[in-house]
Amino acid sequence: MAPLLEISDLRTEIKLKQAVVHAVDGVSIHVEAGETLGIVGESGCGKTMTALSIMNLLPVGGHIVGGSIRLNGDEISNLDDEAMRDIRGNEIGMIFQDPLTSLNPTMTVGRQIAETVILHREVTKEQAFDRAVEVLDLVGMPKARERIGDYPHQFSGGMRQRVMIAMALACEPKLLIADEPTTALDVTIQKQILELIDDLRRRLGMSVILVTHDLGVIAGRADRVAVMYAGEIAETTATGTLFANPRHPYTEALFNALPDKAAERQERLYSIPGAPPDLTHPPAGCRFAPRCRHVQDRCRQEEPRLLGDSPDHRFACFYPVGEAERKGATVTAAEPPPAAPPAAAPAAPPVTGNGSLLSIEHLVKNFAVTKGAVLQRRVGWLSAVADVSFGVRKGETFGLVGESGCGKTTIGRVIVGLDKPTSGVINFEGKDLAKVSGRAYRRQRRKIQFMFQDSYASLDPRMRAGAILREPLVAQHIGSRAEQQRRMEEMLDHVGLPRAAAERYPHEFSGGQRQRLGFARTLMLSPDLIVADEPVSALDVSIQSQMLNLMTELQRELSLTYLFISHDLAVVRYLSSDIGVMYLGKLVEIGPADKVYGTPAHPYTKGLIDSAPVADPVAERAKVHEGVTGELPSAISPPSGCRFRTRCPFAQDLCAEAEPLLRPFGPGHLAACHFPLITPAPELTVAAPAVAGGIADGEPGAPG
Amino acid sequence: MAVIPPGADPGHMDTAVIPAETPEAIEAAIAASKPRGLLRRGWEVFAENKLALASLGMLVFILLFCFIGPLIYHTDQVHTNLSQSLCPPSAAHPLGCDNLGYDQLGRLMVGGQTSLEVGFAAAIVAVLIGTLYGAFSGFIGGPVDSFLMRIVDAGLSIPYLMVVIILSVVFHPDKLIMIFVIAVFYWLGVARLVRGETLSLRTREYVQAVRVMGGGRSRAVVRHIVPNAIGTIIVQTTFAIADSILILAGLGFLGLGVQAPATDWGDMLSGGLTFLQSGTNYWWLIYPAGLAIILTCIAFNFIGDALRDAFETRLQRR
Repeated sequence: MAPLLEISDLRTEIKLKQAVVHAVDGVSIHVEAGETLGIVGESGCGKTMTALSIMNLLPVGGHIVGGSIRLNGDEISNLDDEAMRDIRGNEIGMIFQDPLTSLNPTMTVGRQIAETVILHREVTKEQAFDRAVEVLDLVGMPKARERIGDYPHQFSGGMRQRVMIAMALACEPKLLIADEPTTALDVTIQKQILELIDDLRRRLGMSVILVTHDLGVIAGRADRVAVMYAGEIAETTATGTLFANPRHPYTEALFNALPDKAAERQERLYSIPGAPPDLTHPPAGCRFAPRCRHVQDRCRQEEPRLLGDSPDHRFACFYPVGEAERKGATVTAAEPPPAAPPAAAPAAPPVTGNGSLLSIEHLVKNFAVTKGAVLQRRVGWLSAVADVSFGVRKGETFGLVGESGCGKTTIGRVIVGLDKPTSGVINFEGKDLAKVSGRAYRRQRRKIQFMFQDSYASLDPRMRAGAILREPLVAQHIGSRAEQQRRMEEMLDHVGLPRAAAERYPHEFSGGQRQRLGFARTLMLSPDLIVADEPVSALDVSIQSQMLNLMTELQRELSLTYLFISHDLAVVRYLSSDIGVMYLGKLVEIGPADKVYGTPAHPYTKGLIDSAPVADPVAERAKVHEGVTGELPSAISPPSGCRFRTRCPFAQDLCAEAEPLLRPFGPGHLAACHFPLITPAPELTVAAPAVAGGIADGEPGAPG
Repeated sequence: MAVIPPGADPGHMDTAVIPAETPEAIEAAIAASKPRGLLRRGWEVFAENKLALASLGMLVFILLFCFIGPLIYHTDQVHTNLSQSLCPPSAAHPLGCDNLGYDQLGRLMVGGQTSLEVGFAAAIVAVLIGTLYGAFSGFIGGPVDSFLMRIVDAGLSIPYLMVVIILSVVFHPDKLIMIFVIAVFYWLGVARLVRGETLSLRTREYVQAVRVMGGGRSRAVVRHIVPNAIGTIIVQTTFAIADSILILAGLGFLGLGVQAPATDWGDMLSGGLTFLQSGTNYWWLIYPAGLAIILTCIAFNFIGDALRDAFETRLQRR
């Protein structure tokens, strides 16, 4: 039987002003009926372009220049726009990354779904709306009939993505293309959506093309995988085979760059040197050759074809990595042997005390919710951080994890002084930061620096890199111009940028280089503590590992202390010695990284760990109905008692009545739960930070 | 990350363009091209826009025509000469004469002087006031900002024409009055625009970064907000010049502009219109002035468009 979709030798080009980008260059893939094909690769490798080529929805200047796309045996790549419209939404449905920008904010969701149906089916308006309710039901929208009159902004991110899926399914397509369907969502929601897509595929007998950069997502959901690199397929095979026995060095390198496994082995991450090639002038020979650790002369001259041992496992490489080879020369072959473990199990408890560089006690931050343009009356409080206490020890890394909206970034901003706390004490080197003022405060500022998530937004586009790096010194009136220049050059060396980079503007650097530049700026004032807010979240896996390695190296070299804020548990675990887990403004669990990750006491921590996709098909498929259900409640009126109770599988009446206090579960391991997953250690010498006093003023927000 | 199609967004191409992350590789890439200043790069982007280059040439020509022209081509634009009334184009008068016997070519130059002078001056005054007002309002924020912006809203709701008619009745409209009349209304829009720009710049991470490094407010404004808003302001200025010339032309057309014997292009159009339907084809009274207005405004608009691109750092070649 012919496959549902067959793409052979597809070539897509995008014409720019001065050049042509060969975005997709000879890609051949096929999708059988009822299967999920995963397309994985770094940004700019052509995976989205492949998906858009199938739908013929290429951006301005883009067009298919060769090859064929057959749907059910019929050629669709040369159809005109009108014929293509019959296929889009009807035969092939598509889900995009950001559900907020793909839904029309001025139309009710019911109408948007009904519109698709009316376009493709001979139906009345009523029938179309009935169909909308039906598919909304199908995607698990509660009270679908009541909600079809709502507008997109009235839904949460996860629900919006469900609406998008409902729209894509309204006409029962044979093929669903999901382009990074969960990248913009939190892990707990991501898991729900991926499960939904999987479930729908089985029930409706569709095929799915899952485009993603996340190997973990692919591992649990795809039947077969195509790994793309620089517009070409590097390797394609069944998911299990790919993860167990990758043959292309790029696939292997991608796996090795993941922090998940490295955290267990406590070794340096393997990082792929360099960045993907410029697709306007693709290099001759193998496109991965400049970054490949097994490269030989032949790779630079000849381009390898997509061949393999069997028709089911194909890869484009002359010198594939194989089982025999893997036993001898493993990950560490091309890399220096593992350096000192980044996360040595600490013995001392992370409680507030004199041993810590930074200690936070009963920190509360509320934002006023206002109404009205002129008078701006206060109508309520948004409780961003509610009574959080923890300590960060000198020379170590404290990781703060949680979903978006849990208050982790707010804590970081309060510590560096970008926001003022509502109440609570921040002690730095034993001094209360709130009591320092004037000139001393400025000097204090030098010691705590902030690293922004988006290096592009945090570097002034009109300043040269040199001026950007010098600015902290100029603002603090430190040193002469020559001294500043010297310090700047020293920092460029530290972060691995050439000195000539000082003359460049931020937009001339790649994403990874810009993040290095941002890091160099935070180091200019020789800080003791760096608050890093999601510093690697916007980077590709291979660049992410370069950055993480750099951060650990400089930590040792310059004896830095990090407060590392991230939503990515794997990254936090790799880097941190202690982890604090936050949920809706509360610290629910805190302790040594291996304890929190290995034996979590709080149901939320466990849910978070289970939700995070792991790049291991066996483990990923084993954990079907785990994770966290439901969505994050509003921080304007947080649930009474335990804030997690609305989503907790173990919640009982007590959880709504009394707020759980942090209780010890081992040395330095505390969790706030009435019904923990492991038994608490009752008579431990560690004193929990006194939380009781903070409850009353910890919840000023609930409006009457 | 991958939802942005490569090539659709120039910022996204970053990762693809510099081939390697190692210092040596960047060194090589950097050595290949000498660093240039922002102005030089801006000019390169500007020069890519051929329409804008043509417009710049057109503008230079118009300026020379209006201000240098009368020194070469001498005409009497003060005393009427009724014997020459409505004479068609000839060797003595290449563009003919109007009903009062003024030479049309010479009048186009003199009228152009008024139009351009008023246009430039009104635009600069309006942008200056609007920028200061908007930046102040946006940077302070809160209730003060709300109050200041309601004043702007109130100003925008005053019927413009009514006020102008009253002013032109009360005063004898000359260049200065016209500049005042146009600027007094035009700054309102500019203030709104600059305030919006300031609001967004104020929350940019690189402005916040100044606070983290212990820098003061003035550093944030002078080093970061102003340089990043200057592009918007300059672009707005070019559009404001074109708008001012059009407004002046409109007022002149209604007879509310500068009074005879002074003139502007709109006033010339208005004069020609009287004779348009009199049977004879007095084309030389309409087309030259109309064309001059259109060409000037188009030129400014194209230049403004190209300047907008030139100030967008992401479009500049690395």
